[in-house]
Amino acid sequence: MTTLPTLPTHSLFDRLEPLLAQVSKPIQYVGGEHNSVVKAWEDVDVRWCLSYPDAYEVGQPNQGVAILYEILNERDWILAERTYSIWPDMEARMRDAGVPQFTLDAHRPVRMFDVLGVSFSTELGYTNLLNLLDLSGMSLHAADRGEDEPIVIAGGHAAFNPEPIADFIDVAVLGDGEEASLLISDIIREWKADGREGGREGLLLRLASTGAFYVPRFYDVDYLDDGRIQRVAPNRPEVPFQVRKHTLMNLDEWPYPKKPIVPMAETVHERYSVEIFRGCTRGCRFCQAGMITRPVRERNIETIGAMVEGGLRATGLEEIGLLSLSSADHSEIAEVTRQLADRYEGSNVSLSLPSTRVDAFNIDLANELSRNGRRSGLTFAPEGGSERMRKVINKMVTEDDLINTVAAAFSSGWRQVKLYFMCGLPTETDEDVLAIADLARRVIETGRRASGTRDIRCTVSIGGFVPKPHTPFQWAAQASAETIDHRLLLLRDTIRQDRNYGKAIGLRYHDGKPGVIEGLLSRGDRRVGRVIERVWREGGKFDGWNEHFSYERWVAAATEELAPYGVDLDWYTVRERGYEEVLPWDHLDAGLDRDWLWEDWQDALDEREVEDCRWTPCFDCGVCPQMDTDIQIGPTGKVLLPLMVAKPNLA
Amino acid sequence: MAQRQPPVQQAPPAQRLRLRYAKRGPGRFTSHRDFGRALERALRRAEIPMAYSSGFSPHPRISYANAAPTSAASEAEYVELALAEVCDPQKVAAALNDVLPHGFVILDVAEGRPESLGDLLQVSDWKMTLAGAQPGVLGQAASRLLDRDEYTVERLTKNGMRTFDVRAAVLILRAIDDQTLALRSVHQTPLVRPDDVVTALRQLDARVPAQALLTRLAQGPLVGERIGDPLRESPVMQP
Repeated sequence: MTTLPTLPTHSLFDRLEPLLAQVSKPIQYVGGEHNSVVKAWEDVDVRWCLSYPDAYEVGQPNQGVAILYEILNERDWILAERTYSIWPDMEARMRDAGVPQFTLDAHRPVRMFDVLGVSFSTELGYTNLLNLLDLSGMSLHAADRGEDEPIVIAGGHAAFNPEPIADFIDVAVLGDGEEASLLISDIIREWKADGREGGREGLLLRLASTGAFYVPRFYDVDYLDDGRIQRVAPNRPEVPFQVRKHTLMNLDEWPYPKKPIVPMAETVHERYSVEIFRGCTRGCRFCQAGMITRPVRERNIETIGAMVEGGLRATGLEEIGLLSLSSADHSEIAEVTRQLADRYEGSNVSLSLPSTRVDAFNIDLANELSRNGRRSGLTFAPEGGSERMRKVINKMVTEDDLINTVAAAFSSGWRQVKLYFMCGLPTETDEDVLAIADLARRVIETGRRASGTRDIRCTVSIGGFVPKPHTPFQWAAQASAETIDHRLLLLRDTIRQDRNYGKAIGLRYHDGKPGVIEGLLSRGDRRVGRVIERVWREGGKFDGWNEHFSYERWVAAATEELAPYGVDLDWYTVRERGYEEVLPWDHLDAGLDRDWLWEDWQDALDEREVEDCRWTPCFDCGVCPQMDTDIQIGPTGKVLLPLMVAKPNLA
Repeated sequence: MAQRQPPVQQAPPAQRLRLRYAKRGPGRFTSHRDFGRALERALRRAEIPMAYSSGFSPHPRISYANAAPTSAASEAEYVELALAEVCDPQKVAAALNDVLPHGFVILDVAEGRPESLGDLLQVSDWKMTLAGAQPGVLGQAASRLLDRDEYTVERLTKNGMRTFDVRAAVLILRAIDDQTLALRSVHQTPLVRPDDVVTALRQLDARVPAQALLTRLAQGPLVGERIGDPLRESPVMQP
């Protein structure tokens, strides 16, 4: 491919070029990557600008944006371009020069598009949304937006409670975006064909009346005197009380991304990822992803093999990730890994499986994927330090399971084990966290015996737990930053003081403060929007980055902006909610039965576990009947399709 | 127990190809590391039979030489590929052009020669565009620099502040028009970059704009008074 002979219509590149020469890593702003798409502006009916509100190096690898980019651009009547958050050095020069936020693909102003779709995997991207809107020259508040401004749509996991950003977005989409984005495009095309009937509000009404898209402005929230929500109700007759999530079935028919963008700038993940299944029914009570993506829908081995081969050829990447929420749970994972390992043995292609399951089977898989003998580290996620804690969170792993797994790993040549834990889980005590130190000691002890060497390590990685909407822990009191910090320091000191094992155990942890703000944003309601806006106005952005995040600024803004409502930061975070309380996201339907969630919360408090519905009877979480979906799993008995290899003749 | 097999010793390359390529448009903003990753991926997409290094993490054998700085465009960058099978150089170039990202174009290709690329790339011709310069300013500043026997500037490098003798590196410096300078510079150690020349000109005349858009037009061996083709010519010392 060569450079386009002339710039696309509406391109800002001539104005950008002199600015780019003055900033760090300019390549992240210029696009032109392999597999990127530039379409003629006038040739299409619907124009999307997709964004992941973080720097390019974090946002570019996002799987959701990659999938939508391809699906939308495959339609000849739609174009999709991308934009990411701009670092302060470039932003300052753009503001000086009057250059607005632009897309990477054709360097067009974001404000010109029909839709600005923003994907949130974390709530800490909210301030970046505000900055993105402002730098685009758009109205910050949805209510002020003019007819010619894009419709701002939020998606991603955080969109399951979009109330804190309700003032800034026009629409939230819950669930899988493949069909939803096409449905939105259809509705926009029809609305345009109908002479933009009813204007901007007319379009939003068309979207909302489907019951598949949440338009916050069509819902009113009333509050009780004590600050709790009294009710959330639609203010238009056409708009339903509940908005449902989107669930994509038959994933084999949607093998995306097929040819993802190959970045030129360095990014956090440089691999081709195949999502081998979506959804998870393990039932870990802390896990929002597992709750909101049900049911489990697998891709079969044939599709996986074809995606891997096609992805390698389309990108030139060498690393393959087999992704899902718990990849070892795929019904044919042993065949998938063995056959792929056979196919790529002796090449420079490497396969990886994010391993979180704690059992010996997982070691077999990991051994299969490292036939070349490079066995550096394995990762497991027991999540809770004590057996009691693991019952509360429904992570069904016994200490003996873990020790046996670790012994198997060390005796097959692995030298390092990484263990993931959370701190601040409901009912947790200091003793539960200190049990992590005991566990790590046993891991080292077992490892030394199994491997016959002292040269092994165990890294404990631990983060503060944040209760999330649509989970059994949505009612739980979040642990305060002080509690988290106290327990983490206690754990650190206990490990350090161990003469025998302390030096073989590494501890990686973050302080509890960012988790408190994430908690405010996760379970917040519309009143929290003022806090976000205040923080952004005072310079807050890139909150996912340590060097940019300011806890003090968030606390001060929360204190002042929430006071008029008689609530505060603690009210949103460390307060336990009751069964009767209307939660800000109760009108958003993830399919989960509210009473089932409550029972599961009570079971957690009673330390009672619940099985996985893939291999035990249904436990009535409510998703399948409510969403008219079903589990789609193998085994299919299929095998990898043979490769059609035609080597190019270069001689 | 541990099974780290000794790495396989790779066979020596069957062929070496040298490529001249351009960095244009968005491509100018890549660092040489960005280009390196993009090239390796393009080589795999094009299924060029690369020779690999030996060791635990074999990588394709590619030699880079004297890459232009980030944000400089270039019509004359050079790289050498070691192949495991003998290929038609023109077919390799065409296959790569089919799959390279926007902004990179292979312009020429030739079999490797005994002299290293690094030794052949002795001098460069640059075009420096300084938007907003007042009429006459660039020409006057250039003359003042050329009048010196020595002129040093400082630049912060990874190893701290370093001093560069700009004058010693400049063979030709003249204004083509009010906003454009033509520069021919010698590659010395430490390497004087075109932006060091801009720094020098600004020190001599504060009216010289700070921001220059740079384009390398040619680089190669010094063959008498001209820049030779490094894919085919060797240096010829001036009498």
